[in-house]
Amino acid sequence: MFPYEKYLRRNKFPHIWCTGCGCGIVLKALLRAIEKSKIAKDDIALVSGIGCSSRTPGYVDFNTLHTTHGRAIAFATGLKLAKKELNVIVVTGDGDATAIGGNHFIHAARRNLDMTVVIYNNYIYGMTGGQASPTTPAGKKGSTAPYGNIEPAFDVSALAIAAGASFVARSTCYHAVQLDKYIHKGLLKKGFSVIEAMTPCPTYYARPNRLGNVVDMMHWYKENSIPVEIARKVSEQEKKEKITIGILHDAERPEYCEEYQKLSARIMKTDNK
Amino acid sequence: MREDDARLMTGNEACAEAALVAGMRFFAGYPITPSSEIAECLARRLPQEGGTFIQMEDELASMAAIIGASLTGVKSMTATSGPGFSLMQENIGYASMAEVPCVIVNVQRGGPSTGLPTLPSQSDVMQARWGTHGDHPVIVVAPSTVRETYDWTIKAFNFAERFRVPVVVLLDEIVAHVNEKIIVPTRGEFEVIDRDRTTQDPKDYLPYALTDSDIPPFADFGSGYRYNVTGLSHDETGFPANDPKKVDLLHRRLNRKIERYRNEIVHYKTELLEDADIVVVAYGSTARSAYRAVRNARALGLKVGIFKMFVLWPFPYQELDKLARRVEKFIVPEMNLGQIAHEVTCAAKHEVAQVNRIDGGLITPDEILEAIKNVSV
Ligand SMILES: Cc1ncc(C[n+]2csc(CCOP(=O)(O)OP(=O)(O)O)c2C)c(N)n1
Ligand code: SF4
Repeated sequence: MFPYEKYLRRNKFPHIWCTGCGCGIVLKALLRAIEKSKIAKDDIALVSGIGCSSRTPGYVDFNTLHTTHGRAIAFATGLKLAKKELNVIVVTGDGDATAIGGNHFIHAARRNLDMTVVIYNNYIYGMTGGQASPTTPAGKKGSTAPYGNIEPAFDVSALAIAAGASFVARSTCYHAVQLDKYIHKGLLKKGFSVIEAMTPCPTYYARPNRLGNVVDMMHWYKENSIPVEIARKVSEQEKKEKITIGILHDAERPEYCEEYQKLSARIMKTDNK
Repeated sequence: MREDDARLMTGNEACAEAALVAGMRFFAGYPITPSSEIAECLARRLPQEGGTFIQMEDELASMAAIIGASLTGVKSMTATSGPGFSLMQENIGYASMAEVPCVIVNVQRGGPSTGLPTLPSQSDVMQARWGTHGDHPVIVVAPSTVRETYDWTIKAFNFAERFRVPVVVLLDEIVAHVNEKIIVPTRGEFEVIDRDRTTQDPKDYLPYALTDSDIPPFADFGSGYRYNVTGLSHDETGFPANDPKKVDLLHRRLNRKIERYRNEIVHYKTELLEDADIVVVAYGSTARSAYRAVRNARALGLKVGIFKMFVLWPFPYQELDKLARRVEKFIVPEMNLGQIAHEVTCAAKHEVAQVNRIDGGLITPDEILEAIKNVSV
């Protein structure tokens, strides 16, 4: 049995999540990844915005920071730069990260600031009652898209790669084992890492879209995910409406904190001459 | 103070240098006229001092980043002008709620909207007080000269640290850009305060403990105290709480924290009030014209004095109330349509005369003198 107890704030339970919500699966994957990384609890800052997914930090025994909607990465930027020894992890929703917080997301990726961002992508605004998000697939319903969404959706991982993240991976709550593997890799990676976790919201996404219960959603993830190695070989048509899972991007780029430290050392040296 | 420490500086430079002297080691900002020189100066200076400068993607991020930095125990600040100050409001409220010390410099411009980017204004007095939603504590200082900007930037950090609140330094374009000779004070001439840090065992630490002082001792993020910080109403443990009793306790303490120490914070200077029957209440660069006007009026035999404010919030209601029992006529010159005049009216409990400009022009001594003559008849 994995020692989850070691990391949980037991007296904060029961949690606020609905039955069947995927948030708990991502939380457990995160804890397994942290355990494997051997990073001490004191050295982890877990930062979130606002949303169901962003309630994660309250339940775990780290330095936890629950911020404002969309701004988790910006708060985390200050934390990281002011205390570079901290391992900074951001947990955020698709709305938090790519709608209201989209600007911070792409700029932190561009800077390649050393942090790990876990995005719970449930295709919807859970906390506020099921409104459409930038990741709601076209045609699907939300409470603010009662006739079906006419907007195209963001591919969150592709956005992260384009913006400059050095490590990007995607998994689903069905593929929970891979999820903690990728989060672990993200934690070890020096640079901006993004793990997109496809997360079921049975209450506000499955129900209005008649996708059944959470078991049906898990089946759907299972049937509709294709590993990236295969996805690279098949035609666009074949992977349309499928979820590509796996390590999508892993590159070496100069990391912001290191660059800043180099600059600071150079300036201080010339000043002392 | 030594004459050989005399330097020619603008208010913006004085603000940046003073922040460093106060121990500020983290700046996050987004360029905006007329505040940009503060960021430019710190982009050059902070790496020299082993601190961090970062230009963020916008002001929402800048405000968020300085809160994050301050949570690790590093003194932090940002600088902006009206439009950026508007964008910072949500996270300023977060700093109030989570009791994170930080300093926000707002070099005011005419508003609303993009307004008058390069011209002076004092139109953010009320935004500085009430810009973020909800009842919340805040401290706002408004210097008039370059030297005052230096001193009050240091004091702003001291207030932030002492009371665990966001502190706003309200400058205006004149104070920010005027070049003045200042004699830089030596280290022994001013006080630098650091936040009170807990010495408790991490097991027993309550991040928002109810203490006699109403100011909970701080623990740096990542120093072995693993606690939770949230912008939701919370209890002593730092975790969200909905219980009306706990919510009430929190918000009353947050506001009481400033109210009960107001005598340590409120600061003003009076001159020529002994025999005065008219008083000019002034702040920021407008106070410079007010001094000249009062001197000129005295030369004409008019009995005028001045009440010059350094701290706008908390507002000196009691002090002005007391003054109003002795002096009948008040004049408030300001580069807005009466934001402070309204508060003076509340304090004095009668109408006050106003001198207002919102056209980007500064209020001249003659305009104030004219008002003095008008009320003296
Ligand atoms: C500035 C601001 N705007 C709007 C909200 C309301 N709000 C809270 S959570 C949320 C959406 C959350 O969706 P997502 O980030 O996808 O997270 P989920 O709840 O689905 O996990 C919204 C719109 C807010 N708290 N703050
Ligand atoms: S609304 Fe959706 S995302 Fe929120 S707790 Fe319920 S199932 Fe989870």
